[in-house]
Amino acid sequence: MTLPVAAPASEQEAAEFVRDCAAGRKTLRIEGGGTRAGFGRPVEADAILSTRALTGVTLYEPAELVISARAGTPLSEIEVAIGANNQMLPFEPMDHRALYGSAGEPTIGAVAACGVSGPRRIQQGAARDHLLGVRLVNGRGEIVQSGGRVMKNVTGLDLVKLSCGAHGTLGLLSEVTFKLRPKAERTGTLAINGLDDARAIAALSAALGSPFEVSGAAHLPAGLIGANACTLLRIENFADSVAYRLGELAKPLERFGPSRRLEDMESLPLWRDIRDAAPLSSPRRDAIWRISVAPTRGPQVVASLQKSLSFRHFYDWGGGLVWVACAAIDDAGAAVIRAATKQFGGHATLVRAPDDLRALIDVFEPQASALMQIARGLKASFDPAGVFNPGRMYV
Amino acid sequence: MTHIAFPLPDPSILSRRDAIVIGLQAILPNECVISSENERRAYETDALTAYRRMPLAVVLPRTTEEVSAVLKFCSQEGVKVVPRGAGTSLSGGAIPQEDAIVVGVSKMNRILEVDYANRLARVQTGVTNLSITDAVMPDGFFYAPDPSSQLACTIAGNIAMNSGGAHCLKYGVTINNVLGVRMVLIDGTIVDIGGDALDPAGLDLLGLVVGSEGQLGIVTEATVRLLRAAEGARPVLFGFDSSEDAGGCVAAVIGAGIVPVAMEFMDKPAIEICEAFAHAGYPLDVEAMLIIEVEGSETEMATQLGKIIDIAKAHGVRVVKESRSAMETAQIWKGRKSAFGATGRVADYICMDGTVPTSQLVRVLARTGEIVKSYGLRVANVFHAGDGNMHPLILYNVNDPAEQAKAEAAGNDILRLCVDAGGCLTGEHGVGIEKRDLMRHQFSEVDLHQQMRVRAVFDPDWLLNPAKVFPLEGRVQ
Repeated sequence: MTLPVAAPASEQEAAEFVRDCAAGRKTLRIEGGGTRAGFGRPVEADAILSTRALTGVTLYEPAELVISARAGTPLSEIEVAIGANNQMLPFEPMDHRALYGSAGEPTIGAVAACGVSGPRRIQQGAARDHLLGVRLVNGRGEIVQSGGRVMKNVTGLDLVKLSCGAHGTLGLLSEVTFKLRPKAERTGTLAINGLDDARAIAALSAALGSPFEVSGAAHLPAGLIGANACTLLRIENFADSVAYRLGELAKPLERFGPSRRLEDMESLPLWRDIRDAAPLSSPRRDAIWRISVAPTRGPQVVASLQKSLSFRHFYDWGGGLVWVACAAIDDAGAAVIRAATKQFGGHATLVRAPDDLRALIDVFEPQASALMQIARGLKASFDPAGVFNPGRMYV
Repeated sequence: MTHIAFPLPDPSILSRRDAIVIGLQAILPNECVISSENERRAYETDALTAYRRMPLAVVLPRTTEEVSAVLKFCSQEGVKVVPRGAGTSLSGGAIPQEDAIVVGVSKMNRILEVDYANRLARVQTGVTNLSITDAVMPDGFFYAPDPSSQLACTIAGNIAMNSGGAHCLKYGVTINNVLGVRMVLIDGTIVDIGGDALDPAGLDLLGLVVGSEGQLGIVTEATVRLLRAAEGARPVLFGFDSSEDAGGCVAAVIGAGIVPVAMEFMDKPAIEICEAFAHAGYPLDVEAMLIIEVEGSETEMATQLGKIIDIAKAHGVRVVKESRSAMETAQIWKGRKSAFGATGRVADYICMDGTVPTSQLVRVLARTGEIVKSYGLRVANVFHAGDGNMHPLILYNVNDPAEQAKAEAAGNDILRLCVDAGGCLTGEHGVGIEKRDLMRHQFSEVDLHQQMRVRAVFDPDWLLNPAKVFPLEGRVQ
């Protein structure tokens, strides 16, 4: 069934539309570029609220390392603008198109709403650490602003971080402000071949505990992208520093085996693929999980899953992020995976699965009842009529 | 008479004081309940010393479970609660009220676990900020947020205020360095938010709790990130003939793609006060000074400094002085971090905390000087220039009520100026009582109502630190 689409051209127009929907008990599914539509529980709504007419960079101050844009602004447009000044979104937002096989252009609003970060999260922080301010339309049709454009801001309750990763369940983000960083002059990557998972994560931990500011730490087990397992470490800095730091970093890693430096031609696509979970994307019918744990427990979770589940996997964030692909049959491994997160701490998100499975399984980790009660209370405080993305997260 | 209002104490609570104290004594051992007037006096204010209120009683629980029992009791009895770390808040965040009990975390001061492989530590929140770094520094690690009060202030207070410090330009503030908390809700429920993984399981409640000024719950344990220290660190002093030159230099450094670990600004009055106290070798013949710190190997620091010095020269720097030893580095930072204490030896002061876009620094600084002068007072400026977080210290005599009123009026003018320049009321000290009545200048009624509805999800009866953050009139549940 094709749903009617509303694409308000201004925040005020959006607010009025939402007020009408709340009064008429109509529900809305928020849509940006549509490239991440498979993220979260499937939403059954009366209409689509699209941000496609809410576009444009509203403020860009290169010398202040800050950019504001309306939510529907394509990410590519932001990247061109800031790239011209050698700046970047430091948290390296993942592009979900490889995973979902979706077309279209990711938007800056969805980066904030889904709280999307990539490999550099371990060193520079996540999307929520760089989201300085938001403007949003809440479910009462009110325009709420929180945060601002300055780096440090503790004025009042922080609704910015709360909105980041709320998947549009609290409101329609209409405008977002992100902190930027200068792009590093150079990227360097060190690779060690042939380590098993436990040794690999030990090597990554040793590297992350060094003073050399590792900005990517991943492990691709044997058979995933080649016959050999490959453990990868990235350093981004001034050119001289990259050369020096790769040399220094290799020394304490000698005990894990010989390491080699990768050329950019080889390493840059590799980091992009790690960011996008591309090594697991096909076959398309597989379910994809994203498991967050303390880094050293990553291999323990995997070893525990291997007892009863057949899957492919790899590690990012020094072992703290485990990507798992398994057959999308029965519960897609949910019971086994959630038993493991219970035992080892952390949590699991079902990032990709057919709609009918995601409707049945908790896509996000079930929470303790007191936290669930808070989540419901927060939803009601923003969106008492339940207009936005019903069911997408918990409520 | 001072001008920040406190709510009138609830007579029905005051009249039940003895029964409430007995109730608390039934929950906690005697040494954890402070009821005598003499002992309570130590808790009647924080670092906003112009204001003080004697609390009903003070409790110092030893465990999360004891905090839970106390909050459950208070919630059942309808007694207000003012959480307290070390009482170093500059915004009055820990100032009690007569009908509230103070719940202090000072007895919960242990480091529970240090895990270098996962680069984290689990601590009780009564530990001081510096004691975490002290515990892990021998192994080359540190806890990044470094507020000037780090010797005394607790992690509980840091979490409440989302504290920053001189080095957060590179390493971020408290929220960027905390992975999880154990928190007691007002009804006594104990919740774990976050944990030892890097991202949240559902809604980012951690991002909401950090910086919530003790209004959502009492945080008793925290999991914090540990970072490996750089190979070396070196602060360099840059003296300028004008604040404009120094401010221009800050913008140019960031514009050139260099993000130093710290970029601190001091004007002439601040330099003189700090140098007299710390003997750090600050240049006394300049109008403004930057402390810029770089990190890395010797070669890396030299390269980065070379670039920064070139930029500073283009902005007319007159004095460049590198630290040549660990001792000099310590002296340079001691001077900066004791700025508030050193100023306190010269005069009483109130410390503002507004933040502005860095492009507005020079203009706001000049205007700040004019505002304070128009009230016939003096100001010393010492602040985190890299992120636009200003700390004008307005000097006045606390025993002169007229002068105090002028100082507060000047402070309010400055904070409004910061908001109008695109910034905010507070960068790292929190709203507390101090900036509570200015909230409507930064936020609309709709914004504040949304925040208050969020607050009410956690504390529907407004028992937790109720006189803070939100204007006293027009509250919603």
